[in-house]
Amino acid sequence: MSRVRVLVGTKKGAFILESDGKREKWNMTGPHFGGWEIYHLNGSPADPNRIYASQSSGWFGQMIQRSDDGGQTWEAMDNKFVYEGVPGTHQWYDGTPHPWEFKRVWHLEPSLTDADTVYAGVEDAAIFKTTDGGKSWTELAGLRQHGSGPKWQPGAGGMCLHTIVLDPANANRIYIAISAAGAFRTDDGGATWTPINQGLRSEYIPDANAEVGHCVHRIAMHPSRPNTLFMQKHWDVMRSDNAGDTWHEVSGNLPTDFGFPIQVHAHEPETIYVVPILSDSLHYPPDGKLRVYRSRTGGNEWEALTNGLPQSDCYVNILRDAMAADKLDQCGIYFGTTGGQVYASADSGDNWTAIASNLPSVLSVEVQTIP
Amino acid sequence: MTIRVAMPAHLRTIAKVSGDVEIDVAAPVTIPAILDALEARFPALQGTIRDHVTRIRRPFIRFFVCAEDWSHHPPEAELPAAILNGDETFLIVGAIAGGKKNNWCLAPI
Repeated sequence: MSRVRVLVGTKKGAFILESDGKREKWNMTGPHFGGWEIYHLNGSPADPNRIYASQSSGWFGQMIQRSDDGGQTWEAMDNKFVYEGVPGTHQWYDGTPHPWEFKRVWHLEPSLTDADTVYAGVEDAAIFKTTDGGKSWTELAGLRQHGSGPKWQPGAGGMCLHTIVLDPANANRIYIAISAAGAFRTDDGGATWTPINQGLRSEYIPDANAEVGHCVHRIAMHPSRPNTLFMQKHWDVMRSDNAGDTWHEVSGNLPTDFGFPIQVHAHEPETIYVVPILSDSLHYPPDGKLRVYRSRTGGNEWEALTNGLPQSDCYVNILRDAMAADKLDQCGIYFGTTGGQVYASADSGDNWTAIASNLPSVLSVEVQTIP
Repeated sequence: MTIRVAMPAHLRTIAKVSGDVEIDVAAPVTIPAILDALEARFPALQGTIRDHVTRIRRPFIRFFVCAEDWSHHPPEAELPAAILNGDETFLIVGAIAGGKKNNWCLAPI
C-alpha cells in the first residue's frame, strides 16, 4: 500500500509526518533544524527519498539542507545565492529605488524528472537553479533582468519569489509568481520571461491594470491540463485557460476572496481549494470559523468544508505554501496554520483531522505519495 | 598557531561539533584569518558568519576578544597574545539585538 509523508516547515524547525494509505495514524519526527525558520521543504518527484529544505535565520542567514534517506539524516549544501552581474534596484515600499539584496529562499521546486535539479525562489525576487543536487546554484537572471524589474515592489512579507510551477508537458515552460510583481512565464527554460498578468486588477496599486505590480499569492496547476492555471491573488481568485496569457475572476460566492494558498485536487482538474481570509489587514478567517472552500467547477461555485475544523474563536492564518494534496486514489488534502496545527483530509476535504496541533507557526506543507 | 574558537549553538550544530573548536591559523592572526581557517575546516559555516561575496560580518554576529567587543576593529588588527597562546577563547556571538544599520560593521572581514 502506498504511504504518504507530510513535510512541514515552521518558524522554529521542520517536522515530518508519515502514515500508511489509510492516513489514520501518524508518526512525527522533529524538530529538524530546531530554532531555525524552515520556509520550505520539498521532495523530489523523481526520488522520494531526496528532500530539500530551506533553513534560514536572521542571525546566520541561509542554509540549504538535503536528505537522501527520506528526512532521517541531512547534509548542508551550498548556500551561496549570488545575483548575476550588478543586481540593480527595485522599488522600496515608499517607491524609492532600493538595491536588490538576497535574504532567504522561500520555495524549492525539484525537477519532475531529475532529483539533482532544483529551482529555488528567493527574496529579493529571483530564481536560481542547481543541477548538481544543491552543490552549486546559478541564477536564471533573465527573470530579474526583465525590463520591469525596477518597478517591482515588496509585498508585506518582502519581495519574494514564492511560487514555481513546472509544466509536466513542456520542460522549457515554467511559471513563477512574485509578491508584489505578479506572475511570469518562461518558454525557453528560464532564459527569457514574460509577465502574464493580463486580466488581473488590483485596486491598491496606482494603475489597477498595470503589467506588473500585482500581489499574486499563489498559482496552482493540474498536471493533466498544464495550460489551465488557478491563482489566489491578494484579493481575487483567478483562472487562466491559456497558460497565463489572460486571466478571469472565479471568486464567485466565496465569503471573501482574500487568501494565500490555492490547491488543485490530484485527480479532478476542475476541483480546487482555497482558504478565505477576512482581509489583508485582518489575517484570520471570517467569523472565527476555519473553512476550506472547494469548487468542483473550476471556480465561481464554492462550498464550505467545515467537518473537523474549528467553527468558533479561530483566528489563525494559512500561508501561501502551507497547502498540499497527495496522489492516493482517494485524494488527501493538507494544510497548516499559523497556530501550529496541521489538518488532513483523507476524503478530498469532506472531513478533517488535526494530525499535529501544537507546532510552531506553520510556513509550508508539502506531501509526498510514496509507492 | 592553535586558536580556540567558541560559536553559538546553532553554528556548532551546523559544523557538527559539540563545544569549542581549536583551529590552526597562520600568522598574522587576525579575525579574517581565523574565519578563513574556520570556514576551510567547516565549509558549511560559509555565509553564516559573513557574507559570501562582500565578506562583511552578518549584522547580528559579534566578535569578542578578551572580554572586549572587536566587531568594529579593523580587519588587519592582530589579536592579542592571550588568544594566540590559548589562554583566552575567540568568541563568535549571536547578538541578542541588532541596532541601527549605520552602526553595523561595514568593513570586509
